[in-house]
Amino acid sequence: MPQVFHPSANTLSRVVLFGLAAGRAALLGTMMLLVRSPFQTQVGVVREQPVQFSHEHHVKGLGIDCRFCHSSVETSASAGMPPTHTCMTCHSQIWSGSPMLEPVRASFKEQKPLAWTRVHDVPDFVYFHHGVHVQKGVGCAECHGRIDNMPLAWREKPLTMEWCLECHRNPEPRLRPKDEVFVMDWTPPEGSGLEAAREANPKSHVEVGQLTNCSICHR
Amino acid sequence: MMKPATDDLARPLTLDELVRGAESEQPRLWRSLEELADPDAHAGRAANAAARAQAAIHGLGDVGRRDVMKVMGASLALAGVAGCGVQPAEKIVPYVEQPEQIVPGKPLFFATASPFGGDGLGLLVESQMGRPIKVEGNPSHPASLGATDAFAQAEVLALYDPDRSQVAVHDGRVDTWENFLKFAIDLRTRKLASKGAGLRILTRSVGSPTVLDQLRRLKEAMPEAVWHSYEPVTRDAARKGAELAFGRAYEPTYRLDKADVVVALDADFLCWGTSAVRIAREYADRRDPDAPTMLRLHAFEPTPTVTGAAADHRTPVASADVLAVAAALAKALKVEGAPDVPLGRAQAHEAKLTALAAELEAAKGKAVVIVGDSQPAEVHALGHAINAALGAIGSAVVLNAPAEGAPVDQTASLVQLVRDVEAGAVDTVLVLGANPVYEAPADLKVAEVLQSDKVTALVHLGLYNDETGAIAHWHLPEAHFLESWGDVRSSDGAVAPIQPLIEPLYQGRTVSDVLAALLGEVGVPGRELVRNYWKAKLPAETFEKDWRAALRDGVLKLPGEAPKAEAPGAPSLAKVTWPAPAAGGDLEVVFRPDPTIWDGRYANNGWLQELPKPLTTLTWENAALVSPKLAEQKGLKDGQVVILAFRSSQVEAPVLITPGQATDTVTVHLGYGRAKRAGRVGGEIGFNANELRRSDVAWAGTGLTVDPTQTFVRLPITQHHHDMKGRDLVRTQTVGEYKHPHEGRHHEHPSGSLIPDWPGHKSEDYEWGMVIDLNRCIGCGACVVACQAENNIPVVGKSQVLNSREMHWLRVDRYYAGDDAENPDVLFQPVSCQQCEKAPCELVCPVEATTHSDEGLNEMTYNRCVGTRYCGNNCPYKVRRFNFLQYADKETPSLQLLNNPDVTVRMRGVMEKCTYCVQRINEARINAKMAGGKIGPDEVVTACQGACPTRGVVFGNLKDPESAVSKLRASSRNYSLLGELGTLPRTTYLSKLTNPAGEHEARLEVESHEEPKHG
Repeated sequence: MPQVFHPSANTLSRVVLFGLAAGRAALLGTMMLLVRSPFQTQVGVVREQPVQFSHEHHVKGLGIDCRFCHSSVETSASAGMPPTHTCMTCHSQIWSGSPMLEPVRASFKEQKPLAWTRVHDVPDFVYFHHGVHVQKGVGCAECHGRIDNMPLAWREKPLTMEWCLECHRNPEPRLRPKDEVFVMDWTPPEGSGLEAAREANPKSHVEVGQLTNCSICHR
Repeated sequence: MMKPATDDLARPLTLDELVRGAESEQPRLWRSLEELADPDAHAGRAANAAARAQAAIHGLGDVGRRDVMKVMGASLALAGVAGCGVQPAEKIVPYVEQPEQIVPGKPLFFATASPFGGDGLGLLVESQMGRPIKVEGNPSHPASLGATDAFAQAEVLALYDPDRSQVAVHDGRVDTWENFLKFAIDLRTRKLASKGAGLRILTRSVGSPTVLDQLRRLKEAMPEAVWHSYEPVTRDAARKGAELAFGRAYEPTYRLDKADVVVALDADFLCWGTSAVRIAREYADRRDPDAPTMLRLHAFEPTPTVTGAAADHRTPVASADVLAVAAALAKALKVEGAPDVPLGRAQAHEAKLTALAAELEAAKGKAVVIVGDSQPAEVHALGHAINAALGAIGSAVVLNAPAEGAPVDQTASLVQLVRDVEAGAVDTVLVLGANPVYEAPADLKVAEVLQSDKVTALVHLGLYNDETGAIAHWHLPEAHFLESWGDVRSSDGAVAPIQPLIEPLYQGRTVSDVLAALLGEVGVPGRELVRNYWKAKLPAETFEKDWRAALRDGVLKLPGEAPKAEAPGAPSLAKVTWPAPAAGGDLEVVFRPDPTIWDGRYANNGWLQELPKPLTTLTWENAALVSPKLAEQKGLKDGQVVILAFRSSQVEAPVLITPGQATDTVTVHLGYGRAKRAGRVGGEIGFNANELRRSDVAWAGTGLTVDPTQTFVRLPITQHHHDMKGRDLVRTQTVGEYKHPHEGRHHEHPSGSLIPDWPGHKSEDYEWGMVIDLNRCIGCGACVVACQAENNIPVVGKSQVLNSREMHWLRVDRYYAGDDAENPDVLFQPVSCQQCEKAPCELVCPVEATTHSDEGLNEMTYNRCVGTRYCGNNCPYKVRRFNFLQYADKETPSLQLLNNPDVTVRMRGVMEKCTYCVQRINEARINAKMAGGKIGPDEVVTACQGACPTRGVVFGNLKDPESAVSKLRASSRNYSLLGELGTLPRTTYLSKLTNPAGEHEARLEVESHEEPKHG
């Protein structure tokens, strides 16, 4: 009587058994990876914008401070986006004929705002406040990365809840003296952290226990 | 799985035993008449329901834990996959030119005023990036004192109402304002030539000095043109009464800070009438039990009102018998000219009236009688005479000069208009901001009359293209007051500027704009119309400064000394012809403005429609309120449709049996029965009480017949929902018991709790808590609407309310007390999340969507909630609300503008509840942190607290012994709701106090007897 099963069935059955066990784990793992992948978090994805604005040029090249354009970043929840008028304070004088800046001039002439595509976007049920983070000594670069090295802006950090909590559970390593918040290439001096930040600026008293209350971000 | 023995199913609920066990010396509390008659019936029904629910659960058979896990597992996996979506790209649209002061993410507040009923209420309106989203009271305005009523809170929804009129319509076709201007200029030329003959203007009550001036100038230019004004909730009687007594049509208002004894004669002064918000505050302040004297309130009224519920002594009398009551008081106080009116049906109250007269006599100079706007002019005149005898005129009664040039008798003014149209003397009618076709009494047949051929031009300006718009030749969309310039006087004499918070959404125009066109001032912007008027009134050199100050503060400082109250002569009753005494036996119909949608102007406002009406807790409908005795006589049941016939009209109305209603009186509320075009929310619901109204029967008339039909409807009342099983919930004491605490009978026995302490970090600085003073709460409902506006709480609609699915985070419970179903005591209790320190809801959440914060808040994280509803089931206070359907409107563009950007808009399948306005706490905390300080003890004001006219809600930091909330918690009146459960609520209540007459005297007597013993 011939063999019912071909010898390869041995392998096949092993693969199937293994697959049954590992498949679920793999599926779960894939899902976990997927939600952390740039596909989901959009890390490194450059969005199309009405004007090819280069932070690299303006920040690193020209040395313009963040607050020149994002004027409410120290006080308000929103960092603030510059009105067309702010662009035109310089660009009515320099590069005033550049075709690249045509949308800006058109916006100014027609009094129609520019519509930028949001790069850093948290879900609508998350309430992030720029002002308090800046006041407590969280540098811009902590969340936005080295924006001064980005010709076109992209998202550097995943902005997931896990990522937010990493810092909310243990903010010390990510705090800096308030004067250094807007400095892109600041590196912590020896032995820095929350203690150093507190000494540098008594207002930066951070209550760590409170930072993991759900209502700190969700309301 | 073990099935319970079948005996268990038949056994009544153990909860019921608890109720019996917890019975105290408190007056028996009951929620419905059935319960008063037979408390067991209710328990039986509850037991039945519980048994059915239990059987249903066990009916699942042996569906095991595994099956549940299988189903759950699949859903969890699917939920995980559903979470994998890339966020859609969003746009950021900055300004081209950033306006000064606007900082994205920071709200701005602007002072303005609501011109409701011609009586201004000063407001501060929160604007988020140019969108008005929340109304607060203006502390600098004398009529507001920082608080508002429910109507003002709902104005933002009225502003964004998508059903508002959006285009001008001319003869059924869409037209433009410019074309109307051409018509108006032509009209002006024609009417100037004819001196205004045939031109009529109809408005509601006008409180704007600018508009009054425009009308005066129009009259100068066109002397034969006539201005009529008609407000369905008219104050005719008050003005006419003053005219009868003083010879001039004063507008009376009251100052309760100057009174110790107040008698309300059919007067709901806490919610209806001028300056109700201020009067409510004065009332509450005078009810402070720690002050040397506490105000005592007596009320005589035909139908239960908020004021009657607040009264120490309330007597139901028919509306027609109020005259007899007033006359009896006047006689006893020896008022000259007081009529001889037999007490009739009120005979039973004779002893009470004698005692009351003696009390008034004793409190002379500190006593006042307030006659309601719904009483005839003669009773008002008599009231003035009594007040003069009591020495109240000029102290507790303030008489203000009436609006210049305005008709004293608005109803007569409307009748005049109708008669003139019928006589063919009118060819052009401008209806500005009114809706006479719906609002006018039925006998005037306004719709028919205005459609007569002789009227060649009927112009209607209105927020809605409503019943009047339907028959008008020209309909123009009106601008809401939040999008227009103007000014308004309040009964205190203060003038508030009205400034727009937003450009008109639908090119609306104001009454002022239309009148300006008639005055030949075409193209003058609304702002200039107001400024030009005040430029002439205010000193020129400081005008700009004064004007800017007025816009900032919300009150115009008038030059010279403060406007003094008029000092009239002594009132005389010589000119009064007393009406014949009411014939007994006949039924009386009483008309009332609806407590939530008023005369119908708020019919399309979902917030106000869904706000349970105080006392009846009815929503979305009106009903015929009958007394339990009358219901018994006629065999009526709740929800039974009856035919109400009055004179030649009849309407069908469902019956609502209302304890406290006068026996022979049936109350109907105005505002319902609107045509379909009133809007998608307010059209075609309820019945139209105006059909029964007559031009000579504004508020009450006898001769009503009630014929029961065999049709029954379910009334959307919230009364039976949120059942708390009659435990010791609302505590009451008399002021004497409070001041002699050894007689106090409230002792809390909090049992221990099995719930462990929250393991997390505890804040060193803040512990949030709230105290609700039941002695101050009048049950008006302003807090409920304020909460709804602040927290993006959706409207669910009538069918969902019938399913007990209303979403209000804060509800006002109403309990009846005492054994007299015809006149029970009424107790109100606002209940929102109690923020338990040992919260039963937190333990049962499988996904930790509800957690404890280190400051003691019981937080609710919507995006984490998967909708198991375990928390809601485990909450002893029933304050959690579940989104069974997608209630929040995510489609309508104008309603998107309404949402508070600081609060998540919840979706279907999510549990939600009060979190002490955590967005406001967070804002204060962030501001304090940025400034390097701490939040002040009373810095955070919750939405309900801000709106409360009586300051009955106090919120703050319990860690700070100096905070107002800490001080109140130390009061001996402080108690926790269901404190015996050991949930340790952060919200506590202060017991309600009554100040019954005679208690003080009785106590003095007892003490004088006791004295020798103490030696």
